[in-house]
Amino acid sequence: MSETTCATAAEVGLLLANRFADAVTEGPGPVGDTCLYVTPEKIVDVVRVLRDEQRFDFLMDETCVDYPDREPRFEVIYNLYSLSTGVRVFLKVKADDSEPGVPSITPLYRAANWFEREIYDMFGVRFAGHPDLRRILLYESFKGHALRKDYDATLRQPLIGPADGPDHARRHG
Amino acid sequence: MSIIDLDNLPKDFLDSRMVLNIGPSHPATHGTLRFTVELDGETIVECATEIGYLHRAFEKMSEKGTYTQVIPYTDRLNYCSAMINNVGFALAVEKLLDIDVTPRCKAIRIIVNEFSRVMDHLVCIGASAVDVGALTNFWYFFRPREEIYDLLEALCGSRLTTTYTRIGGLSGDMPDGFIGRSKAVLERIDDSLAIVDKLLTNNRIWIDRTSGVGSISRDDAISHSFTGPCLRACGVPYDLRRAKPYLGYENLEFDIPTRAEGDCYARYLVRMEEMRQSRRILAQILDRVPEGPINVDRPDVVLPEKHRTYGEMEALIRQFKLITEGIKPPPGEVYHATEGGNGELGFYIVSDGTGKPYRVRVRPPCFPILSAFDRMMEGQMIADLVATLGSINIIVGELDR
Repeated sequence: MSETTCATAAEVGLLLANRFADAVTEGPGPVGDTCLYVTPEKIVDVVRVLRDEQRFDFLMDETCVDYPDREPRFEVIYNLYSLSTGVRVFLKVKADDSEPGVPSITPLYRAANWFEREIYDMFGVRFAGHPDLRRILLYESFKGHALRKDYDATLRQPLIGPADGPDHARRHG
Repeated sequence: MSIIDLDNLPKDFLDSRMVLNIGPSHPATHGTLRFTVELDGETIVECATEIGYLHRAFEKMSEKGTYTQVIPYTDRLNYCSAMINNVGFALAVEKLLDIDVTPRCKAIRIIVNEFSRVMDHLVCIGASAVDVGALTNFWYFFRPREEIYDLLEALCGSRLTTTYTRIGGLSGDMPDGFIGRSKAVLERIDDSLAIVDKLLTNNRIWIDRTSGVGSISRDDAISHSFTGPCLRACGVPYDLRRAKPYLGYENLEFDIPTRAEGDCYARYLVRMEEMRQSRRILAQILDRVPEGPINVDRPDVVLPEKHRTYGEMEALIRQFKLITEGIKPPPGEVYHATEGGNGELGFYIVSDGTGKPYRVRVRPPCFPILSAFDRMMEGQMIADLVATLGSINIIVGELDR
């Protein structure tokens, strides 16, 4: 274990806030956990420091929350876990749905691939540098992004087959 | 006359590749998911996984009702161990409300959790053995599973979709004689584990079909955020019951089994041992279920007893408010994770202070595990795809939500 590994989430927060003075600030997050707000430009650098220097080997989860009244309206939430110290840290990036989007962390964690696809599918937030940014749970011709607050849950959409490949599987629409 | 004209075969006849579609409705997929595999002979060159066929908008629908109304939806995540989901969601909301449930409630939640874990593993091993042609084990395992279902039915009236927990407690207490019945079921579990252990663990065919099949390295598993038995089969002893204990797991003795190989056989051995450890936990907890109430004393969260609503004005008003408006946690966010049958089952809940959740995110353990499937399958045989899919225990209800 390297000597600089922090033992608590608060220490990790302090270290990052010092290191990335303008880009990282501590802010409100999940009850009882440390949460850091990171600017989109620096997210890959911050996550790389956490992974390589602070031994956060797991990207446990990556998700998003929509606040339509805020600007920018989305919050992308990263849930990182360190196996060796048992510390969990949450990172938040404020984002909108414009191009090119939040830099993708798929080069750092393979799990980010599907997590980011799901966020794109459900919220329309784009991830710059993602190798395969397609919808994952819904189908290609689905219109809108279902987990946005302004998407009406009772809305019906025609269910049609995928654009490529054999479409015999979904011919019940 | 020969049907194939051997003298005039096409040039690429021997190295021609075939694209095969598996699913979305296929007996070996344990639900609806689809693979498109490119085959060279029987060897998989490339595999592409497509999910979403069982998407029921769990997260969207959770925003439409009260916190209590989300609990029935959680049954349908991992329906092989619905109780674990119920408990996981209740614990997350309770963390937001700063509620510590009663000792008796904790003990009962551990009992249902561990019975569900056993059930989950029984289905996984039984069904994955069927997938590679061994039907007998399935029947030996489904007998204790059936009896566990009887126990759950005695607790909450239903077998598969339990909806047993409430925020701050449970829907009902244990019936008389439940502990005795549970102990009898433990013996059944022992018997069936011993039988299947004899049938499979040293079985030449089973080892040939699973050992070295569908393997993943420790580093790849971590990068793909594996948790649960699949991660422990890669040699990482990460278990939330030990890493961040909840409900009082820190007071119970159990081991975390690990294997180093990371293949289907290792996952089988880990699951078998985990059932023995769950049985060990159950033997301890069944002897020390404390007396007392099952619900916390929080009038703003727990419904009054039904008979009081017929005689007391306050109780009637409380019931009416809780049913129509729901529990109102303070504005804020919470993440709470529990050890599900397949790994870390986390709920991320955002509350805006109203009776409806602003956002409910579930971290399904299957989702990151299946994201590694394409990589795990490259270079394997087509029959190994079926064996591997069984051994990583994909529950599509949880995968697609």
